[in-house]
Amino acid sequence: MSSASRGGATFPQAAHVELRNAQLRRNLGHATRTIRAKRAAVVDELDNWQQLREAGAAIKRDVMANLDTYLVEFERAATEAGATVHWAADADAANDLVAGIVAGHGEHEVVKVKSLTTDEIGLNDALAARGVEALETDFAELILQLDGDWSSHILVPAIHRNRTEIRDLLRRTIGPADLSDEPAALAEAARVHLRERFLRARVGISGANFAIAETGTLVVLESEGNGRMCTTLPQVLISVVGIEKLLPRFEHLAVFMQLLPRSSTGERMNPYTSLWTGMTPGDGPAEMHVVLLDNGRSDVLRDPVGREALHCIRCSACLNVCPVYERTGGHAYGSIYPGPIGAILTPQLEGIGAAASLPYASSLCGACYEVCPVKIDIPRVLVHLRGLTPKRGAERRAMRTLAWLFADAGRYRRAQRLARVLPARVAGAGPMRAWTAGRDLPAVAPQSFREWWHERRP
Amino acid sequence: MSDAREVVLGRIRTALADRPQPTAAVLPPTPPAPADPVALFAERAGEYRAAVHRVDTAGVVAQVAEICAAHGARRLAVPRDLPEGWLPPGVEGTGDATVPALDRVDGVLTGCAAAIAETGTIVLDGGPGQGIRALTLVPDLHICVVAAELVCASVSEAFQRVEPSVRRRRAPLTLISGPSATSDIELSRVEGVHGPRRLEIVIVT
Repeated sequence: MSSASRGGATFPQAAHVELRNAQLRRNLGHATRTIRAKRAAVVDELDNWQQLREAGAAIKRDVMANLDTYLVEFERAATEAGATVHWAADADAANDLVAGIVAGHGEHEVVKVKSLTTDEIGLNDALAARGVEALETDFAELILQLDGDWSSHILVPAIHRNRTEIRDLLRRTIGPADLSDEPAALAEAARVHLRERFLRARVGISGANFAIAETGTLVVLESEGNGRMCTTLPQVLISVVGIEKLLPRFEHLAVFMQLLPRSSTGERMNPYTSLWTGMTPGDGPAEMHVVLLDNGRSDVLRDPVGREALHCIRCSACLNVCPVYERTGGHAYGSIYPGPIGAILTPQLEGIGAAASLPYASSLCGACYEVCPVKIDIPRVLVHLRGLTPKRGAERRAMRTLAWLFADAGRYRRAQRLARVLPARVAGAGPMRAWTAGRDLPAVAPQSFREWWHERRP
Repeated sequence: MSDAREVVLGRIRTALADRPQPTAAVLPPTPPAPADPVALFAERAGEYRAAVHRVDTAGVVAQVAEICAAHGARRLAVPRDLPEGWLPPGVEGTGDATVPALDRVDGVLTGCAAAIAETGTIVLDGGPGQGIRALTLVPDLHICVVAAELVCASVSEAFQRVEPSVRRRRAPLTLISGPSATSDIELSRVEGVHGPRRLEIVIVT
């Protein structure tokens, strides 16, 4: 797998399967309710929240408008700081680069920080194919890796699992047989399992939440300390960074450090944030690589409406408020990026034909836009993408006919009269049936406004 | 490799053929400072389950001694330039611990570069009294002494405070808000995964 999309079923097909899973819905309902309340509380604390969102959006618009300039600036600064900067046009190229660096050190295991970007390019499978074991060290990612499962949420990949399911899995795999389902005990099992691996690892792999162009700094936000372990203990650090992750200046980071933790985990600040600017002698890795990844991002950039999907900072607030996500869960989206942001990002990264059902995986209620910390107008992009999806012949003909009717006042008037005398059941037949099966067709008024107005005109 | 660079940059330039001209970002004005930033810092750090103590300069060593006694800590890793008079008598300080050795000490004692009142965060930049990053990561107990004058009201102010060390010596920064935690189980925060599971903050006024 080397793409954002996991292929296979369309969203409605996959959603039908997931909706029958009552346990999944309970787990998701509980988790999203919890996180929504926490987010709302910490966002309400900040009087300047809307100004922060505006600033975040404006900074990201500037990044995208000048992306080539900022990438070159980042490359120069990071190189001066001692890192080696690589460019990868697609997933395979990025995987080859990383695998080559690992092989160059003769290593057969690496420790990894949770990184959506490396999930997107299928790095773990690519490394496994070359005999390198990539150990996920984020607790949720470890759960999924042990279970052969895959992520259903950007921030909390195992959100679809409750504590009892996690306990049972850990009992079967790494934990003591009498492990309790207390979250602290579950976390302790992960600590014991991973500690020795952290201490012996020679190569660490990370993504980055932000990359600062002017200083060449990379930034990783996390909670557990596994990110700090992976980015400071190994001798070699490889960071795979999507080209959209840039911020122009160091001072911009403060804006995003206020927006991201409050929007994602609903905390004023996440437990650990690491910033590094190349190597520090005697402290941390002695060799650093940064892989700048395109993999479809420049295609997204080409669409003046759709490009704002690249502003996403992967907070997952839009998933947590989405009524569709809350019911179907993340797997139904068939994408590394589920939920509302996935519905606009995946079809653009992959090409609209590869995920044509995703722009319809929304009721366009707008809750995602309200909570987005960088004000991505997700409903607008969804509607835009719907316009680009391949249409069936009948739908295309119907829309053309309607356009022809609406284009001329006389035709429109005659069509209105005709609609009144047509039996309503005609609308329930043929290609319209899918639409009317779940909805009542509104009754046509006995008199149109234009007719009413015409009668009253002096 | 340089081919890929030209390919990616070329694609970006083609994609931006419409020459978007966004308006410049306006950074939000700094919100009014809290009446007592140090008190706010103590409160918010406490909400993230850090234990917070407030002492005067003369009281640091007794406070550290009390914390060590409470945790049964006899050997602490310390940065080589730990300020005089912080390490209590009877507690051994290890100045040059390797990473495996850090896994065997009872805790670590450091200072910090800044602290953030509104989020209860401490900021390390590897400067005086802080040591390397592994020091505050591998041991299970972190005792951090925070001079009151290092407490900044806001996130922005704290970043301004440490920005010179990033620019001048490319300092690595670590922001710490409470002990190691995870929200991966049903999205409720529990303390204690890979970093120090106990964080003791000693504010010096």
